[in-house]
Amino acid sequence: MFSGAITFAMGVFLKTELHRRSEVMHSMDIHIVPNLLMAVGLASVGINICAGKVCQDSLDPSRFPRWKTFLPPFFCFSVFLTSLLLVAMILSFALQPSLEESLKIGLKNGIRFYKDTDTPGRCFQKETIDRLQIEFQCCGNTNYRDWFEVQWISNRYLDFTSKEVKDRVRSNVDGRYLLDGVPFSCCNPASPRPCIQYSLLDNYAHYNYEYQTEELNLYNRGCRQALVNYYMGLMNTIGPCVLFDFLLQMTILVSLRYLQTAMEGVIGQENVEIETEGYILEKGVKETLLETKEKMKKLLQFAQVGDASATTPETQPEEEKPATA
Amino acid sequence: MALMKVKFDLKKRVKLAQMLWLMYWFSIMAGVLVFSMGLFFKIELRKRSELMDNNESHFVPNILIGVGLLACCLNACGGKICYDSLDSTKFVKWKAILKPFLICCLFFNVLLVVTAAMCFVMRIPLEFTLAEGLKNGMKYYKDTDTPGRCYMKRTLDLMQMEFRCCGNNNYKDWFEIQWVSNRYLDFSSKEVKDRISSNVDGKYLMDGVPFSCCNPSSPRPCIQQQITNNSAHYSYDHYTEELNIWKRGCRDALVSYYGGMMNTIGILVLMVTLLQTAVMIGLQYVNTSLSTLVNPEDPESESEGWILEKTVKETFTDIMAKMKAMGKGNQVDEGANEEGVATVS
Repeated sequence: MFSGAITFAMGVFLKTELHRRSEVMHSMDIHIVPNLLMAVGLASVGINICAGKVCQDSLDPSRFPRWKTFLPPFFCFSVFLTSLLLVAMILSFALQPSLEESLKIGLKNGIRFYKDTDTPGRCFQKETIDRLQIEFQCCGNTNYRDWFEVQWISNRYLDFTSKEVKDRVRSNVDGRYLLDGVPFSCCNPASPRPCIQYSLLDNYAHYNYEYQTEELNLYNRGCRQALVNYYMGLMNTIGPCVLFDFLLQMTILVSLRYLQTAMEGVIGQENVEIETEGYILEKGVKETLLETKEKMKKLLQFAQVGDASATTPETQPEEEKPATA
Repeated sequence: MALMKVKFDLKKRVKLAQMLWLMYWFSIMAGVLVFSMGLFFKIELRKRSELMDNNESHFVPNILIGVGLLACCLNACGGKICYDSLDSTKFVKWKAILKPFLICCLFFNVLLVVTAAMCFVMRIPLEFTLAEGLKNGMKYYKDTDTPGRCYMKRTLDLMQMEFRCCGNNNYKDWFEIQWVSNRYLDFSSKEVKDRISSNVDGKYLMDGVPFSCCNPSSPRPCIQQQITNNSAHYSYDHYTEELNIWKRGCRDALVSYYGGMMNTIGILVLMVTLLQTAVMIGLQYVNTSLSTLVNPEDPESESEGWILEKTVKETFTDIMAKMKAMGKGNQVDEGANEEGVATVS
């Protein structure tokens, strides 16, 4: 039960972390992983409480029979839920390209709307991107040059009467004010010299500066890579815990199954101290599958409009496969 | 006339002992909490020791750690005594040391109160240490090539970003020191030569701040250089500009951070003191109730419990008389008889 609660808690944690950066993510596909974890965590708490009650009752043969009809569907349900844990783990790795794509688009938009601090709905984009770059020690989408391709200084703060501004705006097709500079949040505090933000590609603009060899001035990492690494790290930590929980649940379910089948031998007997056998499946796997298919077909045939024809024996297994829900 | 006398029968005694045992467990956990708070505080001070002139006194966190450990030991002892008090055969071995143990607990409580008071008072020396340390830190900001000071720039930048502050009292502190190293100044340029010749010490001073003073909430890209020159930037008035760089000084920010932490720890220690006093009183009741059994052989007999055997005033005069008697006994023999005051043992 505790491991179920822990799974739930980890799902909540992952979801909050993803939500915090949701502004730089384009699509919410990746949220399915924490959602699954939360759902399964909650459900497994319920399952385990039930299982505990069954165990307690099994010690008293008079109280056990009332669980008889409830247990087989309970097992199917629990096995299904537990396998969802495995699915969540697999998804967390499989969705990595989707996360990366989502971050790429989200960050591109973030950088594009950096200057729009006066547009409702985008006015916090600047603060978000600045804080993101400072916290994750990264700059731009792929690297710092992404800032050269975008106008990140708003027109409100540009003096259009000055020659320099007019030259720059005229020098490109879209009439944007592009420059080889980055915002202050790209600055690396570990640099020995005060941060150089503007005229980054011009070696003569700064004394004793060579941009080809300068490594510590700005953050070299791109924010997309930084965020992907961060989330993958989180999921790699959560992965073993989820696996452990899955194994624990399966062990509990198998033991419970043994207990149930062993108890069935005792029901109705006077002497409760006799030996009984326990098993996982009454017949072999293949036979059980066939029997289950038979049962389902019978159920569905009764549900159809009055067809009084006899039910098919095992010789026609593939006949009318009704569309099962 | 005893202080707060209560009658006890067996059931009440057992209940008292059980409750007290539970409270001792809580006190042990409280002791662990105090210990961990002291440890946390010490680590936080260590983290910023470069900004504190390397002179900060670790007295308070050390005391907290010591007190936490001592609390755990005393409470574990007390819990064992409570546990044994239910069995009269086991309790006999504790009887002799119980009174000194209780006096120890009393002194420990006084120590706790003193610790709490120190937590609240430590703010003042901390403020002075920080003022000195930050001033030096800013002076050494540019010395990234001097061994021993090469990380000062990074420490200051990270601190200004984390605590959202700029300079010592405010951002103007950066105008008074040279924070750009000579290695990166082109001494052949006119501008540099002008600035250096314009002040007495030959320092390169400017009205600019490092990038770590920038406020990300500002709607416009950060203006770090020529802050007081309105005409250097389009649509800029430094008198009304509020969001550009952090307005708060780092000394204020750090003092309020550490002050808040110390206030919380002080309040926590006071609460632990209350808990300790309660368990001490409980233990005194257990002690007296078990020593005054009406019928010493029968564990189910009734007994009385109290906090002090006589009233507070009488107990005090008794203690003073005892101390005087001990003091006179140590002096060179006078032969004079003392006023044999009946001492209470």
